[in-house]
Amino acid sequence: MREAMPKWADLVLIPLVSLVLAFALSALVILAIGEDPVAAVRMMVSGALGSTYGWGYTLYYATNFIFTGLAVAVAFQARLFNIGGEGQAMLGGLGVALICLSLPWPHWALALPAAALGAALFGAAWAAIPAWLQATRGSHVVITTIMFNFIAAAVLNYLLVNVMRPIGAMDPATAKFPPGTHLPSLHDLLAPFGFAFSRAAPANITFLIAIAACVLVWLILWRTRLGYEIRAYGHSEPAAIYAGIKPVRIVMAAMLISGALAGLMAVNNVMGEAERLVLNAVEGAGFIGIAVALMGRSHPFGVFLAALLFGFLYQGGAELALWTDIPREMIVVIQALVILFTGALDNMVRMPLERLFLALRRGRA
Amino acid sequence: MDFATALQILDSTVRLATPLLLACLAGLFSERAGIFDIGLEGKMLASAFFSAAVAAVTGSVWLGLSAGIAASLVMAAIHGAASISFRGNQLISGVAINFLAAGLTVVIAQTWFSQGGRTPSLIGAARFEPITLPLAETLHPLPILGPIYHELISGHTLPVYLAFALVPLSWWVLNRTRFGLRLRAVGENPEALDTAGVSVAATRYAAVAICGVLCGIAGAYLATALQAGFVKDMTAGRGFIALAALIFAKWRPWQAMGATLLFGLLQAIALRYQNIDLGGVVLPVQVMDALPYVLTVVILAGFVGRAIPPRAGGSPYIKER
Repeated sequence: MREAMPKWADLVLIPLVSLVLAFALSALVILAIGEDPVAAVRMMVSGALGSTYGWGYTLYYATNFIFTGLAVAVAFQARLFNIGGEGQAMLGGLGVALICLSLPWPHWALALPAAALGAALFGAAWAAIPAWLQATRGSHVVITTIMFNFIAAAVLNYLLVNVMRPIGAMDPATAKFPPGTHLPSLHDLLAPFGFAFSRAAPANITFLIAIAACVLVWLILWRTRLGYEIRAYGHSEPAAIYAGIKPVRIVMAAMLISGALAGLMAVNNVMGEAERLVLNAVEGAGFIGIAVALMGRSHPFGVFLAALLFGFLYQGGAELALWTDIPREMIVVIQALVILFTGALDNMVRMPLERLFLALRRGRA
Repeated sequence: MDFATALQILDSTVRLATPLLLACLAGLFSERAGIFDIGLEGKMLASAFFSAAVAAVTGSVWLGLSAGIAASLVMAAIHGAASISFRGNQLISGVAINFLAAGLTVVIAQTWFSQGGRTPSLIGAARFEPITLPLAETLHPLPILGPIYHELISGHTLPVYLAFALVPLSWWVLNRTRFGLRLRAVGENPEALDTAGVSVAATRYAAVAICGVLCGIAGAYLATALQAGFVKDMTAGRGFIALAALIFAKWRPWQAMGATLLFGLLQAIALRYQNIDLGGVVLPVQVMDALPYVLTVVILAGFVGRAIPPRAGGSPYIKER
């Protein structure tokens, strides 16, 4: 039997319709609280994309979301739902902090690979226990990763309050990282080309690493044997097992890659922006990764586009909160609606569209 | 630790266990019917806000409670529609519910009250008042039992007694009624129920609605009894602790009470002591915070008694044609 819909409709049209529905409802919410949605959108566009300062923040947020989105997407490919991006990114931050504070780094070019390795290792390690429990004992990875988010928060809270806080400091945070770990911002990177990018915006070289991560994830998933096995396992577990694919290996591999990607986010927010580890450094980016992966259809390129969109929403939302009475939490509402329509209510959009395409085809035949 | 301190901690345990118990029973009904619900947190939060908001405006805690339950039911209806009618992913739907509640409550609170995402403080009839049980004062002078009755059993708010009364009631409904049998069947083997001519969708919607009502009471209790008003994110992960307790209890009502009391005790201890000195070894407060989750992972791992979820849980039912 032929597919009910052409491939482009499945990949582009359905996410687009879902997105339109989510935005339409968001506009209704803005109307309901007595604000003007058109003016709000205009303000978001000018605030997030109207200046290099706005772009700098948009790309900074997008960098976080690319990593957490890729993390969720890789796990989705193996039909695993990793809700633990938040905790894995927290632990990634710990890895970055330990490495940045352990040596008097002479130059960022040396500190960056080391910190990235630390972030990935710590993130992967935090995903390893839920992965192993899922693979060998069948403990549902969704529940265990949720639990590990809370455990990570407690661990970090303990370490920052009792262990890593400099003597005499009041707030629960590590000391400032040494100057040798300062990552070049987009301002520094673009200045040699005569392009004056905002000096104040936090977007930094990690954005390029995020793009590289997208390419790498694509290569792993679609150009390696492991990636093929991960996708085969995600499509049909019995078929994969019949073909000799080992479930334990696939679950572990997919979750470790996923955890490492989530952990890598810390290079951007901990090393690139805060330059020290603070409590709640992740700020929910791990959960936004879910929305990003759903919207991006678990494909690295889709994740990249969706992360840009959410980066725009985040920076635009901050501007809205600054200049209007629309609180910042409006973004959380939009995020929830995107998850709802692209994830949970997928069939609500899909069924009528399938019927439409079938009717069109019948009309032509 | 003297007797009075122990009583105070246990008293605080009961108060803190109540929202967990209500949410845990809510999850129990939903999950025994095969609908996974990680949106307990969101439903409680929505109820906490709307109950506090309506109670603040009308001055009536009962109107507040009704509004809270209604809000929670709306969230449950979204989850039900996504999971049952549209056969969507129940876990993703739960995540969406949590964010929807987290965002909407603050947005609406800011619009209605302009107090930075909180409601005005509730006073008088806008809150559930403690109930003094009969003879509590008369029996107080009795040794041991008198203070236990006076401090621990008497003097709680109505939802506390309701929550504990719901434990045997839930057990009875699930195990001794026709509806309960159908509810459990739809979570284990929906095909069988369908063959028997009972609507799988209707049974599941009923379970999701019960879940909504119970989460509604839990949220209203948080905002109008335990505390006096709504603040941003006031559920603070309780929905997830309830979920943990549900697994800990292996989806059974009496065990749910035990698990939520245990987790309530951990919260009460963490609230009272910063660090606990166990004869040389100092337990930091964060251990208490993390313990419910660690215990749940251990239980899930099956090292200490295996927790097996309802067999049809998480999968939408597609009727054969």
